[in-house]
Amino acid sequence: MGLLKIDLHSYLNFESLQNLIDTMSKTLFDKVWDSHVVKHIENGPDVLFIDRHLVHEVTSPVAFLGLKNRGIKVLYPERTFATADHNTPTLNQHLPVKDQLSANQLRALEENAAAHNIPYWGLGHEKNGIVHVIGPENGITAPGATIVCGDSHTSTHGAFGAIAFGIGTSEVEMVLSTQCIMQPKPKKMRININGSLSKAVTPKDVALFIISKLTTSGATGYFVEYAGDVFKNMSMEGRMTVCNLSIEMGARGGMIAPDEKTFEYIKGREYTPKGADWDNAMAYWKTLYSDSDAVFDKELTFEASEIEPMITYGTNPGMGMGIKNDIPLAEAVEGGVATYKKSLEYMAFHEGDAMIGKPIDFVFLGSCTNGRIEDFRAFASIIKGRKKAENVTAWLVPGSHRVEEAIKEEGILDILHEAGFELREPGCSACLAMNDDKVPAGKYAVSTSNRNFEGRQGPGARTLLASPLVAAAAAVTGKVTDPRELMEEAFA
Amino acid sequence: MAYDKFNILTSSAVPLPIENVDTDQIIPARFLKATERKGFGDNLFRDWRYNADGSPKEHFVLNNPIYSGKILVGGKNFGSGSSREHAAWAVYDYGFRCVVSSFFADIFRNNCLNVGVLPVQVSAGFLDKIFTAIEADPETELKIDLSEQSITILATGESENFEINGYKKQNMLNGFDDIDYLLNIKKDIEVFAENTPL
Repeated sequence: MGLLKIDLHSYLNFESLQNLIDTMSKTLFDKVWDSHVVKHIENGPDVLFIDRHLVHEVTSPVAFLGLKNRGIKVLYPERTFATADHNTPTLNQHLPVKDQLSANQLRALEENAAAHNIPYWGLGHEKNGIVHVIGPENGITAPGATIVCGDSHTSTHGAFGAIAFGIGTSEVEMVLSTQCIMQPKPKKMRININGSLSKAVTPKDVALFIISKLTTSGATGYFVEYAGDVFKNMSMEGRMTVCNLSIEMGARGGMIAPDEKTFEYIKGREYTPKGADWDNAMAYWKTLYSDSDAVFDKELTFEASEIEPMITYGTNPGMGMGIKNDIPLAEAVEGGVATYKKSLEYMAFHEGDAMIGKPIDFVFLGSCTNGRIEDFRAFASIIKGRKKAENVTAWLVPGSHRVEEAIKEEGILDILHEAGFELREPGCSACLAMNDDKVPAGKYAVSTSNRNFEGRQGPGARTLLASPLVAAAAAVTGKVTDPRELMEEAFA
Repeated sequence: MAYDKFNILTSSAVPLPIENVDTDQIIPARFLKATERKGFGDNLFRDWRYNADGSPKEHFVLNNPIYSGKILVGGKNFGSGSSREHAAWAVYDYGFRCVVSSFFADIFRNNCLNVGVLPVQVSAGFLDKIFTAIEADPETELKIDLSEQSITILATGESENFEINGYKKQNMLNGFDDIDYLLNIKKDIEVFAENTPL
């Protein structure tokens, strides 16, 4: 601690020393959080100012109703952005939405956005897409910002060094009406991974690996910073995938210090500052890192070489393992044996089973976790020159129209078509199966999404979470397959 | 949204000794299409409670008439997953005013506090005692005293204190919500916003 060398007498009072400590030894999270506290309530939460609020059709209508009942308007519509994604069809988006309840919800958002002067990027709009895909695409996501949305995967935006987290509908109403939220400051955790990732190990595998080590509640109460070689070397899209999955280990959010890669990504996007504002913003953004002597409440370190291509075998995202491993025995698992057995029973798997070779029925490529262009490139790299397995139904759903455009421009669509795949229109789709993209009861889906909960992809559906590479390998073989085998073939 | 004040609740409880109960189980996504906060209690634990044809699953605890009450007792890591407040609404609308567990997921806990459901976190040992007491007598009553921050198994007199931040406690005791508070400091917020570029 360098601070001990300071001559205390040279400081006038404790407060100035405290200020010095505050400025010298903060984590990235502290820096962003503390600069957004409007007011601290004694023995209570902080009133936290929210820079940008993303709104979608499912968790907002009751919040807007609340504003109506109170007779108030959205305080800062210019800080608020609305899109339709959760409850939208992925085919024939140009036609009226058939499901009446879904259509009502979409109409409600459109009307609410119009009534409150909020930009609304509905179905068919060129900027439409999954809320956590379009935020970064349009420069709404910025380093050092506070960002919320009524969706737990808001943690995605932490990839840019923002504090971003999911909120409930009462909190959506709070932010709409006052641009603030009341939150106790979470504890801080840092997860370090150094070294180089092995072949076919993607950001999704890194995240599933961490969650398998921490369990789904291991980071509850914490905000996580990811640090080390692996995250430094990761693309922005990869960082988004990792931060996206922070909630799956219970963390409210995850973040990565912004660097040149971050600035390069956001430069020139629609809502990114321009000219002198950009220079001012850069001066601030460059201060956004954890100081070398900053203290975390918890710190974990892993080696990149430990991580294999991952797959889940159970009904929460913590039930994952290297794809070549066998399903653990109940006695080897921490926690409740009854809960573990119930989970395997739902999946119709058995302790000690190998996952490799298990037949599958559906493949889903998409979601806010893995619905970006790099995910489609990875998928295409495996299926190129092969054919979709006949027993597999594949839903390939881009995260946004921009992603869809890139898929076409880069020739990926041709590769998909040649291999017997179709591309759908953007949306959350089978990640939560609110629309028609439901996996039937008892069927197995290898899915690049984020949750394998019972019934998540449709009542009775069985989900295996994995990377786009593992999904692609399953899509062309019809069973759980180690993608490295197909990559070796390609290189041979 | 306003809710009933919470002070002392004495009630029998419904046991759900399963860990990692996620909000997709509490209310599946296909029931999130409403534009009003109505009728979510009917679909609480929908797929654990009903078969595909709508008939009740006999073995599920909500379908077992020997269990009832305003307290739901769940296993560790209750309410993980999706941020959907509909899960807390469903719990409230069904008639529960309190959920007891040895560990709660963050967002679900916040959502409960915002809609008038008190999340009571107890030690793993005390949770076991509650499950044992309910197993011995499904009509056994728990007393939850928010002012005292205590939960008591009335049959045995065993008691434990629970944590809640002072601000939220006052809100629950008085039936206030956060927006009332925030609207009162709107001037401070506006000054802050002026100094915070987009």
